[in-house]
Formats: sequence, C-alpha cells, structure tokens
Amino acid sequence: MKPSEFEYHAPSSLEEAAALLADLPDAKLLAGGQSLMPMMNFRYLSPGHLIDLGGVAALSGIELQGGRLRIGAMTRQRDIELSPLVAQHAPLIREAYGLVSHKQIRNRGTYGGALCQLDPSSEQPCFTAALDGVLTIARHEDGGLVTRELPISEWAEMYMTPALAEGELLVSISLDIWPEGHGYAFEEFARRHGDYAIVGVAALCSVDAAGLVDRIVIAVCGVAPGPVRLFEVEAALRGKPLDEAGILLASQAARELEVMTDAHISQEYRQHLAGTLTQRALRTALARALSTVGA
Amino acid sequence: MEHRKIITVVNGTSYQCEAEPRRMLGDFLRHDLNLTGTHYGCEHGVCGACTVLLDGRTARACLTLAAQVHGHEITTVEGLAGQDGTLNVLQQAFKECHALQCGFCTPGMLMTLTELLNETDDPSEAEIREAITGNLCRCTGYQPIVAAALLAAQRLRSSTDTSFQPQPLPQE
Repeated sequence: MKPSEFEYHAPSSLEEAAALLADLPDAKLLAGGQSLMPMMNFRYLSPGHLIDLGGVAALSGIELQGGRLRIGAMTRQRDIELSPLVAQHAPLIREAYGLVSHKQIRNRGTYGGALCQLDPSSEQPCFTAALDGVLTIARHEDGGLVTRELPISEWAEMYMTPALAEGELLVSISLDIWPEGHGYAFEEFARRHGDYAIVGVAALCSVDAAGLVDRIVIAVCGVAPGPVRLFEVEAALRGKPLDEAGILLASQAARELEVMTDAHISQEYRQHLAGTLTQRALRTALARALSTVGA
Repeated sequence: MEHRKIITVVNGTSYQCEAEPRRMLGDFLRHDLNLTGTHYGCEHGVCGACTVLLDGRTARACLTLAAQVHGHEITTVEGLAGQDGTLNVLQQAFKECHALQCGFCTPGMLMTLTELLNETDDPSEAEIREAITGNLCRCTGYQPIVAAALLAAQRLRSSTDTSFQPQPLPQE
C-alpha cells in the first residue's frame, strides 16, 4: 500500500519537462495523481522516475484563443468547473463535472490527466469529443520543443491507451465554442454518485428561429475505448424540427452501437443505457435550446 | 533514493523536513510531523478519512506526495480547534449532534465540511450530502453528520465568527 522507490523530478517549464521525459528511462508523468497514485500505492505501477508537472505554470489556464476555448492540460478539474469563461461558452463542461468523482478528487485531478488516463467511461473525453476537441501534444527533439495537433477522434488507440508516442506529453486542449443560448446536456448512469458512468451521453444542439435544428452533436462514452460520436444521426437530424421521430431515430442508433462488454455489464444493458440516455440528453438539450429561442 | 527537502506550513506552523520521494503526505503528517489526527483508511483515495486542506482546498493525503506540498500550505484537523482546545463551531456541532461514533471518518468529514462552509454559510441539505459523497462513514448513517453541518451553518450565519472564510475564485 506504499509506492516502491522512485526518483522525483519537479520541472518548472514545459521544455524542461519534455527533455526529462525524453531522457529518463522508465519515467511517468504525474499530473493530478488521482489515478496514478492509487496504482502506485497498489504497486500495479512502479516507475523508476516520476516527473511532477505541478510546477509547470504554462500547462495550466483557461482562455479564449482564435474563437475557441483553450484549456491547459494541467488545469485542475475544479478550476474548469468553477470558471466563468467555461460556464459562458461551454456549459456542457460544468454539467459534466458535476458528475465526475468527488470534489476532493476534482480539486487535484486535471483535465489532461483524465484524457491521458482515458477510462472508457470517463465524462471528460466524451465532452471533449462533443466540443470537437483538438489536442496539442509536445515532445523534446534536437534540443527544442516540437508540437503536433490531433483531433480527439484519433486520440483513443485502444483500451486506456491514448495515441501518445514515447516521450510525448499532452499540452492543451482546444474546444469549439457554441453560440450563446445553445442547448446542452450530459446524462449518465452510474451505480453511485461520483462513480465512473456505465454509459454517458453528451448532447449539444442549436435551433434557428423557425425551431429547426441548426447544429446537433451526440457523443457517447462507456461503449468503446474512446468516446463515440453519432455523426450519421447528427447529419440526419440537421435542418429538421427535433420531434419525437428524430429523438427515436437517435435513440435507436445509440441502442445499435457496437459496444464493449465486461464481467459486470452485459452488451444488451450497455446498449439499452446508450439508447435511453441519448433520449434524455436530447430532450434536455432541446428544451434548453428552445427556452432561449423563445425568450 | 535522494531525499527531498520539504518546506511547508501546516496549521500555521512552518516546517522544514526531508523525506523520501515516495513519502505520502498522510504518512508525512502522521509519522514525520506527529500530527496523527489525519486518519489513514483505504490508501487509494476512496474512503476520504485522510482528507486535508491543501492551499484551502480538500485533497486526499493518501494520493498526494509530501514532495508535492513543498511551498504549499496544509490544514489538518488539528488546525480547527482554538489554541486552548476550544472546539470550533463545526466541531461543536458534531459533538452536540452525535455526528461521530468511532471517530475514524471524522477528520475527513470535518475537513470536507470546512471547505463547504468556506464556500457558503447557507448550504442546502442536498449540497451537504453531495459534499460528503467522497467520505465514507460506517457508524452514523450520515444523518447526524448532515444535521451537524446544518447546525454549524446556521450558527455561522447568526454569529460574527470569521473562522470560515470564503476562498478566492480561481485565477484565469
């Protein structure tokens, strides 16, 4: 129940952190530590070096940049949840964080850490997919910092494995901003409050003056290693009123998703949840969108 | 392994120590600083008994390295009562409402509710229940703990007690 020995490094800049990661063998990055430290306490993991990103100020922060919301990978989940910028431009995120673990964990846990941990049922990759997230990834090369961008759709390589090569680290996440007054909802089913969802659904929609769907997004977590967007359904619903037939179409598509299964949750149950939660999320998002159109 | 130098303020007292990198904050508090009020239960972040305030916000001492609190401020359950041992308003309410039996979860409960009362002096029952979802208690059934938090909040509203202070909002 105590971690085995490791060397601790506390870089103060991104360059320094990337250089350490490139040079040290058997190194792990420490972000918020809310998943890594339990695994080290249990000795599921025994890295030789731990690189604590807590002192790298450049990795934290929330700002508007080029018409998108940019969030540093080391930004604490609780800071995002409480951010007025996030509340104004991406209320979906605040709603989702209300379902993420407990306040004590969100105080320490980071957004980027959760994306790298990539639990299939985590709400955070799911709202990132709903908001068309683009990830900035950095590595140390030839004495300098090299960065690349990756859409969230290409982030999950397999179960709990993000598309990070050796020596790479997540720097920030850029998210789409929807017009003010758009509808949003995050619905999930978990055994207990604060648990990872068995299945969760994020929905966003905006309607025009005539009440027709202008834009709509549905993202599902807990069914595959990464979040799943229902792109075909989104395309089919655009330009029409979101009526009962549209909601049932989406719900049916979610119910027919190819889903993973485990010893506790059957395929049928996961599919059932995906369908039901899609319905709930769409109804709530639509009601919220319509309430501001009418106002 | 090379020891880390750790300078930290715990309950208003400054400490300068050395610790192994793998030393957890909970063990650091209990064994190196002899502050045994912080309890260690599950050691993987689930039970909440080890909850302390790190720069005013709750954190699991079992998931935080001592090295990570270098340059930061910690408040433990020992920091709640007055210098002469007088219980603070939340502790007094716990006593009056019988909000503890075996007492194992109590330090974590108190620190979690301290954070809540720092944020608001008028929490609803639902907000209190939500706040303590990350703290397990096997004795009380939670009912008296919720009652104690409501009583403490009520007393805070009608008193000039300034021991609970709103925390500044995060910087952007």
